[in-house]
Amino acid sequence: MPDTFSTEAKAELKKLMDSYPDRMSAVMNALHLTQREFGYISYEALEALSKEMDLPVQQLEDTASFYTMYFKEPVGENVIWVCHTLPCALRGSANVFEYLKDKLEIDAGETTNDNRFTLMKAECLASCGSAPMMQVNDDYFEDLTEEKIDKILGKFY
Amino acid sequence: MEKILTKNIETENSHRISVYMESGGYEAWRKVVREMSPEEVVETVKDSGLRGRGGAGFPAGVKWSFVPKVDKPKYLVCNADESEPGTFKDRLLLENDPHMMLEGIAIASYAIKANTAFVYIRGEFANQAVLLNEAIQEMKEKGYLGKNILSSGYDLEILVTRGAGAYICGEETALLTSLEGKRGYPKIKPPFPAVEGYLHSPTIVNNVETLCCVPHIINNGPDWFKSIGTEKSSGPKLYCLSGHVRNPGVYELPMGVPLRELIFEHAGGILHNRKLKAVIPGGSSTPVLKESEIDINMDFDSVAAAGSMLGSAGIIVMDENTDMVDACYNLSKFYAHETCGQCTPCREGVPWMKTILGRITNGRGRGRDIDLLLDICKSIEKRTICPFGDAAVAPVKSYIEKFREEFDYYIEYKKSLISQNAKSLDAVN
Repeated sequence: MPDTFSTEAKAELKKLMDSYPDRMSAVMNALHLTQREFGYISYEALEALSKEMDLPVQQLEDTASFYTMYFKEPVGENVIWVCHTLPCALRGSANVFEYLKDKLEIDAGETTNDNRFTLMKAECLASCGSAPMMQVNDDYFEDLTEEKIDKILGKFY
Repeated sequence: MEKILTKNIETENSHRISVYMESGGYEAWRKVVREMSPEEVVETVKDSGLRGRGGAGFPAGVKWSFVPKVDKPKYLVCNADESEPGTFKDRLLLENDPHMMLEGIAIASYAIKANTAFVYIRGEFANQAVLLNEAIQEMKEKGYLGKNILSSGYDLEILVTRGAGAYICGEETALLTSLEGKRGYPKIKPPFPAVEGYLHSPTIVNNVETLCCVPHIINNGPDWFKSIGTEKSSGPKLYCLSGHVRNPGVYELPMGVPLRELIFEHAGGILHNRKLKAVIPGGSSTPVLKESEIDINMDFDSVAAAGSMLGSAGIIVMDENTDMVDACYNLSKFYAHETCGQCTPCREGVPWMKTILGRITNGRGRGRDIDLLLDICKSIEKRTICPFGDAAVAPVKSYIEKFREEFDYYIEYKKSLISQNAKSLDAVN
């Protein structure tokens, strides 16, 4: 895990800060960038961000701790989010979750031994018309079946 | 009805500016910036009767006219934090026609004299955020954004901020707090954002679909817009059909289309030929309707008259085999997860309702649990800074009111009246 931002990321941060009317307003995007660089939002990552943005680390932590997408702990190389809110639940999201749980031999919030996958339950991901669905990293996978899930996971090996 | 908001979505590369412009894209923006005054734009949108598509249904032009004439920067914010369960229309527009939304943003910004606009997009829409930034770049290359747009003297920048998985940020004051880089805590209104919003400056927050209507109103006139839909709810509407229907998806139809027609004709009826049991008409925060109550038109006033809300038109359909107690428990988990924790009644009450519903569905319900749930509802309702408290209460109250026998049965017999095997939604069936 790096302990500082890459030169490229520093430039990106600088550009972000310059584009907003005030520096704090760049924080949401800056935290996404921090997570991309450091893998998760560790205290060390926040300290590095604090230095780059010249904002108190406490302020950054206050913001980061509010949002579920900023990981407070390390996660696997790929994060699977299975939506389980009502529209997905009505179309069998419980089956999808159970299938993944059995296949990966992990429960919600856990990471596989090879560090390849972290499994999460997600609240509504705005894909109710193609339920059941899951998000893997940045991509949505919809109208899931067991065969489809096998194929999708296969891409990550 | 001829497709308006979704006319381009099947076209190849519909997210590119060249494709958008082939079908008349940015004509409205060129007209506005060259020929119209901001006041004329506000009046045109007011005349069209366009009401906010995010859920509240407030007239967009009227909202714009609330921006005070003060010597402060003004801001326009596009709320693309689509996260109300059952709603998935804005994602369709963001992915397939980002320029329609951007043109709407540009026109709205001009109308309120804002030189900076933001798109606050939900964090999970990472790919859509990339697409949007590319589209903004394309706009700049055409001279539709930046300094002195089309030699008009008007300047505009559009910035994209990603949320990070907090439902509450769909609420406009929470959204603005988040945009300022803080925890997404809502604020008490008044002051309304139009007067004091982002960085204490006048700010207008509009939904994606609302802004997408704007270029069409400029191009075709307010009378054309009013000729679609009903008298008090004009224009086209994107209806999201999910749950137990044969053909779930987004359907573009006029405001005020009958709910039964949406479910049985457009969405193909109920899956597996089962009977319809209940419908949530406007996203999970709107009171549920029984099958006998669905002969209503889907416009703001008709749904309100039926005791629910059009909301975001996120229509969740449930068949006869749905265990309503379990459905209620599912939604209570959602709200318990999403409460921001600022107001005590909501922070304490909403997770408590989840606990009680959890024990009922586990066959450990207690005799007075239903009264307790209703009592908690009363303690939350209208006692919180933002409408989240009321939203979390709506399912619990309406499900108990309309499906009381299922709750009573669960408590008395320790099992579901509907699915005798197990919990229907969590079971592996």
